[in-house]
Amino acid sequence: MNTDWFVVLSALLFSTGALGILLRRSPMVILLCLELMLNAGNLALVAFSRMVGNAQGQVFAVIVMVIAACEVVVGLGLIVAIFRRRLPLDVDDLRELRG
Amino acid sequence: MEEVLFFLAAIGALGGAFGVIAMRNPFYSVLALIVHLFSLAALFLLLTAAFVAAAQVVVYAGAVMVLYVFVVAYVGGGGESAWEPIPGQRFLAPLLAVALFVELSVAVLSSSLLALGADGPDVPAGFGNPAAIGRLLLEKFLLPFEASSILLLLAAVGAIVLASNRRQGEGDIPDEPSPNREEGMSPSPSPTAGAIS
Repeated sequence: MNTDWFVVLSALLFSTGALGILLRRSPMVILLCLELMLNAGNLALVAFSRMVGNAQGQVFAVIVMVIAACEVVVGLGLIVAIFRRRLPLDVDDLRELRG
Repeated sequence: MEEVLFFLAAIGALGGAFGVIAMRNPFYSVLALIVHLFSLAALFLLLTAAFVAAAQVVVYAGAVMVLYVFVVAYVGGGGESAWEPIPGQRFLAPLLAVALFVELSVAVLSSSLLALGADGPDVPAGFGNPAAIGRLLLEKFLLPFEASSILLLLAAVGAIVLASNRRQGEGDIPDEPSPNREEGMSPSPSPTAGAIS
């Protein structure tokens, strides 16, 4: 399997995640779409690592997974905090910080 | 054989990704993401990245998704409002996504990387297995490895602080509530509110 197939698939998954972030309003689904984008980046990293024949790219992918786990933990903590304060779980309603 | 596996996994990954953004109920979105993650693990196996695939299944599809399912069950999947703050958002967003895809593809495929059209070099049998990755992590990438573990610890502490019962946070709120706060919290923030929630 050529590397370009994997890279194009990764680009497709990345833009799908971007589409979800633009379309959806629930913070939970936006976090899921962030996961999609991070995983697309992971796929590109692993594909290029195979292309070069060097396993260092896979270490990058593992570190990206750690970053994604951190992002999920903090994001879900924020969602629980928003829910506890009885604020609406909708990114268009949560706009006190808007200029 | 390899092509068949690739296309099966690619269809699974794409279907899962579209399922995430198409489902109304966040719970089904999480389930679609699990399908996506398993297909991605199959793709990683095709790329001879055994350790990354195993970590994907164990860490993502196992641990992180369980966290998501718990939070969805706690918060509950509410329907989204049909109100659009930007007119035409539903038509502009797919346009932007397609533009992003075309841009990324052109950027990668028109680069002068000759190896893109090839299969990649033959790799030794132990390529990407846990021993190789562990050797790299603990010898060459020791500092990033430790930094990421500290980051993970900080994120765990931060999540506990964020999602805790806000005993101290309520102590910080002055007795006379400022007008901005009242608008945000329609039920008055009585001291018992934290105990109920």
